[in-house]
Amino acid sequence: MAAKAAPPQVRSLTCPNCGGAIELRGMAHTLNAVCVQCLSIIDTKSETLQIVQKFKAKERIQPLIPLGTRGKLHGDPYEVIGFQVRTITVDGTDYSWHEYLLFNPYKGFRYLSFYSGHWNDIKPLKGLPVITESGGRKAVNWLNTTYKHFQNATARTTYVMGEFPYQVRVGDEAAVDDYIAPPYMLSSETIPGEVTWSLGEYKTGADIWKAFNLPGSPPPAVGAYANEPSPHTGSAAKWFSIAVALWTLTFVLLVATALFSSNEKIFSTLYTYSENTPGEHSFVTPIFEVKGRPSNVEIELGTNLHQNWAYFNMALINEQTGQAWDFGREVSYYSGSDWSEGSASDTVRVPSVPAGRYYLRIEPEMDDHPTDFYTTGPRNVTYSVTIRRDVPTYWPFVIAFLLIPVPAIIAVIRSWAFEHVRWQESDYATTSGDSGDDDE
Amino acid sequence: MLKSNCPQCGAPVEFKFSQAVQTTCPYCRSIIVRHDVNLEKVAEMSDIPQDASPIQLTTEGIYNNKAFYVAGRIVYEWHGGGWNEWHLAFQDGTSGWLSDAQAEYAVSFPVKNPVALPPAHNIVRGQNVRIQNIDMTVTTVTKARYAGTEGELPFEYWDKTELTFVDLRSPSSHFATIDYSEDPPLLFHGEMVDFDSLKLRNLRQFEGW
Repeated sequence: MAAKAAPPQVRSLTCPNCGGAIELRGMAHTLNAVCVQCLSIIDTKSETLQIVQKFKAKERIQPLIPLGTRGKLHGDPYEVIGFQVRTITVDGTDYSWHEYLLFNPYKGFRYLSFYSGHWNDIKPLKGLPVITESGGRKAVNWLNTTYKHFQNATARTTYVMGEFPYQVRVGDEAAVDDYIAPPYMLSSETIPGEVTWSLGEYKTGADIWKAFNLPGSPPPAVGAYANEPSPHTGSAAKWFSIAVALWTLTFVLLVATALFSSNEKIFSTLYTYSENTPGEHSFVTPIFEVKGRPSNVEIELGTNLHQNWAYFNMALINEQTGQAWDFGREVSYYSGSDWSEGSASDTVRVPSVPAGRYYLRIEPEMDDHPTDFYTTGPRNVTYSVTIRRDVPTYWPFVIAFLLIPVPAIIAVIRSWAFEHVRWQESDYATTSGDSGDDDE
Repeated sequence: MLKSNCPQCGAPVEFKFSQAVQTTCPYCRSIIVRHDVNLEKVAEMSDIPQDASPIQLTTEGIYNNKAFYVAGRIVYEWHGGGWNEWHLAFQDGTSGWLSDAQAEYAVSFPVKNPVALPPAHNIVRGQNVRIQNIDMTVTTVTKARYAGTEGELPFEYWDKTELTFVDLRSPSSHFATIDYSEDPPLLFHGEMVDFDSLKLRNLRQFEGW
């Protein structure tokens, strides 16, 4: 014959100090409850509702998730029953975070922590992590994952609300060690006689707002949090695989270009120009045929210029349609014993020239009255004109090869920057700009 | 099953679990110990402190593919709260324990003839102890108060007062408790478990949940 378990009877109690009503949600688990009217902590197990502490607070802090709110985490409903503000002091500055105690009568207790828009979903750990080392630093191992030590601090309870299944006092101190493997964080809290371990998982404000169906929007996250997953790690990997794919594609196109460009020589003649020749210097070449699909046409000028220059005004003209492409090239070449400038040859490429019969009109020019110190050679030039069609173009491939990894490189730099910002908040902050995260 | 009457009030009393040695009379709350078929009232139960465990007598579940029902419990209190050791009666006649401390659950089994355990005055938190060939670490040393029993237990357990419990854990969620109320101390060994993994039925219902 089983004794029938009675439903929880204590639903609210009256503050023995101020007479205010204190709602109770944690059933018989609750040891301490807080009267928010008079800031008294009450021992709910004592028959006389003994006040175990009266504390002072500069301001009444309002939890972002009100006490009594129910949300859904990991498929189970949980109710907010307790709230603490805990503070660490680093170099004289106080940093405070909020801790919510969540309760489900079957699944037990969980926590949420909140700092600068960052949240963690925390549960007590069932096992005991193994203290180890990673990259010369303290670390712990838990279920085959290494968590790197991030911070040691003394956390001080500075404000409490609601109720707790353990003793809680404003001013309580615990040595807290955080170890990270984003998005997870293992934390140990040491008080005399007890070490407790918990596992937190990073959550965004949006996650929490959704889980607890809260109105409005969550406070924005500021900075990088200890176990916040880097938004760039995945993106760098993604960009690297995209880069590899694009490199492969570019290489295939490069090979195809090399294989399928005909690079056909359609005209080649040697000419001589002398400034002394009187009259019109322009002339036209014999007609040459451009065949096949529309393709580029390359005109290559090769000269014997030395310490001299010449200017070539040119036009590629379709004999049938009269369509013309005008262009000019200055060719100059100077050199000394240990220097040189310019080049005795040059090329022009005309893109997308349709098939047809073409000729080239050329008008060379040279300075009639050279004043230039170096222009000492004969005022004439012998030059070759070589015309090719469907010449393979390689420079776009070079540019593509160089540009393709840029997003991945930017992502890696951002990732380093993020890790740097993350570790600046740790015990391992650097002042030298070292990324801090050195072994992964 | 042994059916008899309470030696104190005459109400019907039964021992459902064949290995049970002690039970409580559901009517007059006498603690009754069984000597073969004779029942003896050994003590009167004080009120069991109110608790919020979702487990109750008659709760059923499965552990390691073995079905059990909850036959009894021992209740302890300490300054940090209270906890239950629920006596699990397995179908094969063996006993196990489901400890429920603020809805953190562990299943453990008595270890017969354990290795020599360090004496209570000589054990501290953080100490490593090798138990059943597993390296474990002492996580808590708790001075507790026996706060009552209910239902059927596989041994006599009623004349207790102050007790020392030592809890140990390992990296792989192994769990052990040393109960220093007897000499030599009792050792229970098992693991921390997920509530859902026990597939519990006939749980206590909570209003609004």
